[in-house]
Amino acid sequence: MAGRVEGKVAFITGAARGQGRSHAVRLAQEGADIIAVDICADIRGLPYAGATEQDLAETVKEVEALDRRIVAVQADVRDYGALAAALADGVGQLGRLDIVSANAGIGSSPHEAQELADQTWQDMVDINLTGVWHTAKAAIPHLIEGGRGGSIVLTSSAAGLMAYPNIAHYVSAKHGVVGLMKTLALELAPHFIRVNSIHPTQVDTPMIQNEATWRLFRPDLEHPSRADFEPASQAMNVLPIPWVEPLDISNAVLFLASDEARFITGVPLPVDAGCLIK
Amino acid sequence: MPGRVEGKVAFVTGAARGQGRSHAIRLAQEGADIIAVDLCGQIDTVPYAMSTPEDLAETVKEVEALDRRIVATQADVRDFGALKAALDDGVAQLGRLDIVSANAGIFSFGSLEELSDTDWQNMIDVNLTGVWHAAKAAIPHLREAGGGSVILTSSTAGLMAIPNIGHYTSAKHGVVGLMRTLALELAPDMIRVNSVHPTTVNTDMIQNSATYELFAADLPEAERTREVVGARFQELNALPIPWVEPLDISNAVLWLASDESRYVTGVTLPIDAGSLTK
Repeated sequence: MAGRVEGKVAFITGAARGQGRSHAVRLAQEGADIIAVDICADIRGLPYAGATEQDLAETVKEVEALDRRIVAVQADVRDYGALAAALADGVGQLGRLDIVSANAGIGSSPHEAQELADQTWQDMVDINLTGVWHTAKAAIPHLIEGGRGGSIVLTSSAAGLMAYPNIAHYVSAKHGVVGLMKTLALELAPHFIRVNSIHPTQVDTPMIQNEATWRLFRPDLEHPSRADFEPASQAMNVLPIPWVEPLDISNAVLFLASDEARFITGVPLPVDAGCLIK
Repeated sequence: MPGRVEGKVAFVTGAARGQGRSHAIRLAQEGADIIAVDLCGQIDTVPYAMSTPEDLAETVKEVEALDRRIVATQADVRDFGALKAALDDGVAQLGRLDIVSANAGIFSFGSLEELSDTDWQNMIDVNLTGVWHAAKAAIPHLREAGGGSVILTSSTAGLMAIPNIGHYTSAKHGVVGLMRTLALELAPDMIRVNSVHPTTVNTDMIQNSATYELFAADLPEAERTREVVGARFQELNALPIPWVEPLDISNAVLWLASDESRYVTGVTLPIDAGSLTK
């Protein structure tokens, strides 16, 4: 049986680990070749380590183990020129582009809005919003040129549809992604290029499994652990689970990327264990 | 490779033709057995011919051709006792219940100023109360199964208003409130509840002279062709298509029914060619 995205090529940012790697592997399982980028570096001021070159190499290994091709490049989504060059190289080698997963993103240490440093705000907006625009902008000419339409999936967050205290920069950037998604959906509809966003609740990745995030949820403890974080995280959700897995987001990306969703565009799709209706 | 809902049992209302038949077949293709109900009769405020016992027999034939089991019963979603009896019988024969597609619905039109009490009441009874009945009848069986997925068929008119179908718009908005409340009430039992919101779907519900009149009242009847009305429908959508096919809704139902969306609940999922964004 043919895979659900057989013969297609997918561009994924933030592909070295976490959700991005999971998207690459899941799409490859269903027949896609992959163009992967990641900064593979620490971002200043973040309370957790960034992905590494070894992480990106592991993504390459896992995709190749599925007998799919992958072109992986270190690139920063803030640097449009580098991002566009990486994608053009990938399309040159793999021959086409059909799917875009604008996934690269950061969390950061919590502060009330009045206390956020300019640099902290700027880094967040540059990566989590402008980086998403860069990704789409670089991809659009390839998608149009292919003449087969396409599917762009922007990774937002439950925080793209509701506010949480102490992460105004993250909430603002992720809300901005929704505006970007809807505008892209309108602009690209005549080309049959669909644009949708995904809104995860907490996902079990290094972006949330770090002491700064644990402390945000458990300010009552000096050194909270993953186990201390678990009930506080679960309290956000309606379903009785603390967080979802990267695979759950990948399955939503796969659905939106595939022809099963051929007429779905402009849609914010939560994968959120019900946290938005709580 | 096992199907995406292999071994599960799905309850589909309005299963004699159109979207309901398509859902039954798509779920059966992916391994589910089916409990199908349909009124197979006319409601006098509905301005097009409704389904027949022969239609339901055709659904049975198509599911059985896939080597899946189906229990089909004529029942009215307005009659809770009859609906519950049909479902209980199906569960007794097929052994369990995992998936509910509350799909049965009708269409008619008129301004709110001019709608008769009967027009209004029939619409609310079928398109809202009938959906609640389907969920209510199913909940005990889903709890027994230890979880499940309930998919309510709403409409783009469940998220935005369209003139001259105020009773339809009210009922379909009501389905969203019902969906969200069910999602909250059933989450502790890992029963997920979501709604789908189609734009115009290529079925008998819209391909009829009464609906053509709604969309092309300015033209003489002889000029209200499928092509002319299709162009009017297309103006609603961002993607350059007049309508979506029943299969497109079925693929969304399948995704929501499957474990690929195991942590998706309380979500409104448009399959709307971008009409809500436009």
